Amino acid sequence: MDHIASNDILKEGDPIKTRKIKQVIVEIVSDSGEGAQKCGQSFGAISAKMGNGVWTVEIIPAEIQPPARSREGASGIRVRIGSDKVTNMGNHADLVIALNEQVLYGRISQDAYNENTLMFIENKWAKSEHETIRQQYSEALLKFKELGIQVVEIPMEEECLKLIPDPRKGKNMWILGLLCYMYDRDIPKAEDQIRTIFKKKTDAVIELNIRLLQAGYDWAKDNLAYRYEVTPMDVNDDMVVMNGNEALSMGIMASGIELCSMYPITPATSVSHHLAEYFEKVGGIVHQAEDEIAAIGFAIGASFAGKPAVTVTSGPGLALKTEFIGLAVMAEIPLVIIDVQRGGPSTGLPTKVEQSDLLAAIYGEAGDAPKIVLAAATIEECFQFVVLARKLAESLRTPVILLSDANLATGVQPFPRPKIDPSWLTNPFDQSPWKDGVWPFEWDENTGISKRPIPGQKGGMYTVTGLAHGQTGKVAYDPDINQASVESRSRKFAAFQKSLKPPKINGGPEGDILLVGWGSTLGAIEEAVADARAKGLKVSSLHLRFLFPMVPGLVEIFKRFKKVITVEINYSDTPGHPMITQENRRYAQLAWLLRAQTLMDIDSFSNVYGQPLNPEKVLKMIKRELKIKNTNASV
Amino acid sequence: MLLQTHEFCSVPSFDHDYGMEDYGKGVARWCPGCGGHSILTTVQRVCKDMQYEPEKTVVVSGIGCSGRFPHYMGTYGFHGLHGRAFPVASGVKFRRPDLNVFVVTGDGDCCSIGAGHWVHAIRYNMKMVALLFDNGIYGLTKKQTSPTSPLDTHSNTHPKGSILPPINPLQTTLGLANVSFVAQTVDWNSAHLYATIRKAAEHPGLAFVRIVQRCPAFMRDLYGDIAVNPKNLILLSHENGIDLKPKARKAFGRVIEHDPSNIHKAREHAEINNGIPIGLLYQNTDNVRYDEYGAHNLGMGVEEKKQNLESLLDQYTTR
Repeated sequence: MDHIASNDILKEGDPIKTRKIKQVIVEIVSDSGEGAQKCGQSFGAISAKMGNGVWTVEIIPAEIQPPARSREGASGIRVRIGSDKVTNMGNHADLVIALNEQVLYGRISQDAYNENTLMFIENKWAKSEHETIRQQYSEALLKFKELGIQVVEIPMEEECLKLIPDPRKGKNMWILGLLCYMYDRDIPKAEDQIRTIFKKKTDAVIELNIRLLQAGYDWAKDNLAYRYEVTPMDVNDDMVVMNGNEALSMGIMASGIELCSMYPITPATSVSHHLAEYFEKVGGIVHQAEDEIAAIGFAIGASFAGKPAVTVTSGPGLALKTEFIGLAVMAEIPLVIIDVQRGGPSTGLPTKVEQSDLLAAIYGEAGDAPKIVLAAATIEECFQFVVLARKLAESLRTPVILLSDANLATGVQPFPRPKIDPSWLTNPFDQSPWKDGVWPFEWDENTGISKRPIPGQKGGMYTVTGLAHGQTGKVAYDPDINQASVESRSRKFAAFQKSLKPPKINGGPEGDILLVGWGSTLGAIEEAVADARAKGLKVSSLHLRFLFPMVPGLVEIFKRFKKVITVEINYSDTPGHPMITQENRRYAQLAWLLRAQTLMDIDSFSNVYGQPLNPEKVLKMIKRELKIKNTNASV
Repeated sequence: MLLQTHEFCSVPSFDHDYGMEDYGKGVARWCPGCGGHSILTTVQRVCKDMQYEPEKTVVVSGIGCSGRFPHYMGTYGFHGLHGRAFPVASGVKFRRPDLNVFVVTGDGDCCSIGAGHWVHAIRYNMKMVALLFDNGIYGLTKKQTSPTSPLDTHSNTHPKGSILPPINPLQTTLGLANVSFVAQTVDWNSAHLYATIRKAAEHPGLAFVRIVQRCPAFMRDLYGDIAVNPKNLILLSHENGIDLKPKARKAFGRVIEHDPSNIHKAREHAEINNGIPIGLLYQNTDNVRYDEYGAHNLGMGVEEKKQNLESLLDQYTTR
């Protein structure tokens, strides 16, 4: 990006250079507990309110309070704002503001910065009473400068001390003020934002934070020789701005679900925090169960009794829930299961993104247990897909697994305000007498769909069982009944698949490469495709929302491209290693599915760095595939 | 939109006189002589005497011989997963205060694979009757040691005799937070079995009843001696306890006066090891009930929900 390369602090009489830019990526990085995320989220929210496109990604350490000034303990946030819609975290940061120099090492190893990055570092460490710290500080600055990063030392602590005795709390709002000046943000909107985030605090606290904001703004005005304008979009629609987990929570409330039964697990838990605060006001309730298994069992019990329910979890929790998911499939009990994916296997990377639960979601249960699996690709879809999932769960009498991930969970993006349809909020609580002579599993011969009795309905009394059963619901001892009932439960998904439309292609309908993605990678893939196409490369992409069953028409689309490659955040073997052959190579998860489904030689590009995908990595891969020499790393 | 007033209607309507036949379904497939048969009849009798509407009654079970119970009831039933009857039953009850819920669970189901749920179900104290069918052995999988098998039980998993002392379900339950009703009865004394389940059904909270049960196939001897020797049954008697006719009291060799409000004495009696204490060990009707929390905001109309959602969305709206 085109920051004015500068170490210069404004000198008396200098003109301030203002430049219009299309977009900017800002990071704020600190030790845990210094409020970097609050600062960045506020910067993002203010920008969204001004009409800018926004995408934020939180940088979260694995511990609550890791040791101070540690390289691995970086806690922070990346905020990308633009004149247009922003769909991903982008490549290298344009500006990073660091509260200490050590936390930057981790980000550098994650390739977050390059020679165009401007780095603002807290300068108090230069005067530390500990020689080690002074030494570390000067070493780091030297190292960063060697990397070509432009480093500017900023007296954040010193300035904040003029207002508060302990700047550990409060410095973040001073930084927000600095950012508001630098990127010409609306100060009344920033003050409003402070009132919102500190709404549970006293007026004195709010007042103090507004003064810190103003102080940061004034300091920047007096000292920075540059300023940027990121022109907002002209938006006519009402927009809402929230993160993916808030969108899931709002979607749950808007979907008519009235019970969220959960057990705490990162990165899914904040969905239930949000629900715990608001759900009861819209007729719902959160149940914190004793474990992951009980959480889904409780939800299944409620749904059986006619109360729409959801359980929210992440990979390890999904693993624990599999037996109950199998029961919900077998007994045909509607249920929404949300999996906010994180790195695995096992405890894995609890705060980092991965898309490794796809096959587990589709095939995780013992026995044949088909159910709908869909994945949200945007924050907006986190909202809309819960509504969709509940509707599908009930009309097809099935569990539905909705996949999100750690990137969407904390990512913030504005989207058009959802228009809530009152029909979403009605529940299936039918208490009229059950029609005489109708079986509890009276499967339609063509669609496999049946209507379920709900406790309270006279004449509908039946016993749910996980044992093989026929249409009557009674335990089946006859092998033909099992064959027929497994077939009926499978038929529903074939019937549903027939109602789906072929996917839209992003880019041309034919070409050299088609990238196929799913989930949160949508923005990065489409940005890479746009960049590639701008260079004349024949690259297109398509993004799947339904993973099971899959949309029709894939083979016809794939045939029009020389190569089809899935792009995913999960593990696949990289060809070229001496141990990896055509025969033993493990593909990324969607690629496995597509290869099986289409009998085509579909390749995959994936990795598990725990980082959201950025457009540059995808573009590099495209060029590698097309054997185009990489000349400029930051295209 | 949808009228949901029936959700609050907990007064049973007696416009229908339900008979025993309304609570039965199919033919029970337990072994001849299995205690399950008498418990089934007793639960059906209690339902009839309480005039529970069959469609408003849900029996939830786990897996094992006891798990088949709901299949033989003319009510709604849920034959779920091994050890997981409690979470399902709790979910059923949480938003449906109008339903009468029974949990049927076995000793392996409740005290082993589902022990975690047992602990928490007691703590939730939701109004339901929980029946522990305790025959001290895994029956359906053919004679493995159960967590309640006495020490030195010879089974297919411990052919030389079991090594660990058994869990005492009464002792365990009485040690749990928010416990509100613990009783013990036996499958072969129908008067006491009925009176106990009836008392449990009337309890405003989770009524935990351990039913000492015979397994004629794999645990013939476990309670055999006790069954033939009434001296081994110790009746816990009190005006607030299980209501038993004087004639029925004669079946018990020993009688101890026990006030069920005294949890310390209850814990002492739970540990009796020279006989089986029968009766109400503990009852407290003042405990917190999680089902009351679950039902506190039921019945909100669609319009109100939409309005509150819109004002919540306002908080996230940028312009």
